[in-house]
Amino acid sequence: MVAADLERTGLFRLIESLGHTPHEPEEIMYADWQNRGASALVIGSTTMLPDGRVDVRFRLMDVAKRAQVTGFAGTVSVDQLRAAAHRIADVVYEALTGDIGVFSTRIAYVMKQGNKYALQVADSDGFNPQSVIEYTEPIISPAWSPDGRKLAYVSFESKKPVVYVQTLSTRERKAVANFKGSNSAPAWSPDGSKLAVVLTMHGGSQIFLINADGSGLQRLAQSSGIDTEPSFSPDGRSIIFTSDRGGSPQIYRMAIIGAQAGVAERLTFEGNYNVSPRYSPDGKSFAYIHRHNGKFNIAVQDFARRQMQLLTDSRFDESPSFAPNGKMILYATEISGRGILSAVSSDGQTKQRLSSQTGDIREPVWGPLLKSQRIGNFVN
Amino acid sequence: MGGGSGGMGTQDGMGSGGFAMSPLRDPSNILSQRSVYFDFDSYTIRNQYRELVLAHAKYLRDNSNARVLLQGNTDERGSREYNLALGQRRADSVKNAMLLSGASDHQIEAVSLGEEKPRAVGHDESSWIENRRADILYQGEY
Repeated sequence: MVAADLERTGLFRLIESLGHTPHEPEEIMYADWQNRGASALVIGSTTMLPDGRVDVRFRLMDVAKRAQVTGFAGTVSVDQLRAAAHRIADVVYEALTGDIGVFSTRIAYVMKQGNKYALQVADSDGFNPQSVIEYTEPIISPAWSPDGRKLAYVSFESKKPVVYVQTLSTRERKAVANFKGSNSAPAWSPDGSKLAVVLTMHGGSQIFLINADGSGLQRLAQSSGIDTEPSFSPDGRSIIFTSDRGGSPQIYRMAIIGAQAGVAERLTFEGNYNVSPRYSPDGKSFAYIHRHNGKFNIAVQDFARRQMQLLTDSRFDESPSFAPNGKMILYATEISGRGILSAVSSDGQTKQRLSSQTGDIREPVWGPLLKSQRIGNFVN
Repeated sequence: MGGGSGGMGTQDGMGSGGFAMSPLRDPSNILSQRSVYFDFDSYTIRNQYRELVLAHAKYLRDNSNARVLLQGNTDERGSREYNLALGQRRADSVKNAMLLSGASDHQIEAVSLGEEKPRAVGHDESSWIENRRADILYQGEY
């Protein structure tokens, strides 16, 4: 699992151990590993304890220096083993790249099986799925609250789209936007206090701001066309969104605070269908869906350079969403009529299919980085 | 007219014995037609559906207690949220035509199902044509 996590980033080349697998530093044949091109080595062990729990030990070694970089030891229950492995991968990733590891984060998506729709939450590798809710009516547009405790989504259970917010731990849920007409496209403000939503109560699809408890409705913009799919900038001062005000669906940016509030600026110009924009966590670029030659692919654009970079070449991709460290993009791609969870590094170099579950997976969204639950103590 | 041929009992249990069935369900009445189809990427009501929309508008005008839900739909290609907005335009088109022909705003709710509730589930043009549609549902039918 640790190896699979690291490999998915495209930043590591894995070297299998031949025959002898070292568990402790004194067992390492450094010269062998050096000859085979290894610059770092992960060693460790898991031991089942009499009480049914598991002792987990791990060390990251620098092969050239023949010294430990980091490591930890601790005791976990069996159902925490996956979490422990993701945590080890995070520690290795952080030590070797200097970036934040995101393997311990969670993802959400909609799974369709037969005529059932389930909103599910899973580990970042797509394993360990758990249903938040299940319905026989469609669910779309899941969105994580910034604290990772809630999901907003759109349900069609009342024969029209209504925006709900559900608390994961209690399963308590509330319709926060249920106005006349359609209610959709929820996006959380970075401080979690508000949601941008798309309402049609005044005619047309237009973007509004509403408190996360459903109070305090406020219109954000007014256009004669469709405005939808809002995404907040990390500083909460602007949104990017899809609009067809110029004749075809394109991506626009608009400040929502300050002197320029309400003035929209077009960002995409290539092709006649650019939709589903998402800010990167550092606010310097955005991911979106670009249609060309009948295909729908993941693209990214840097706000400064203004150049589109296509990351995928499949037939139908949807819902790009950045990892909290900005290094990977989660999306769904259609293979044989069903959606498959996929990830691409944000430079487009590495693509991976995540766990191949049996249903049709739609609209995956990467959850936030949470204060990591440390497992065990660091050892030297 | 009447269509009172034998065997046409009222199935709706409304106890309107002896009368013809509700015009909304009488197959010979244009009001029983509930679907308006659209061209690709379009929300303009085609001429062939003008009469149907007008008939429903008049029914709403003459029956002030009647309420309708207009559900717009799209084919499956593209972003789900953008398709939801396109389906809304189709429902809004039908709503606006009804308002111009005498129906009242409070009688009509226009919503969208986008690509989420396809009537035809194939992945080809013949299915897509079927799904570029707005449906007219009266209270009690949804």
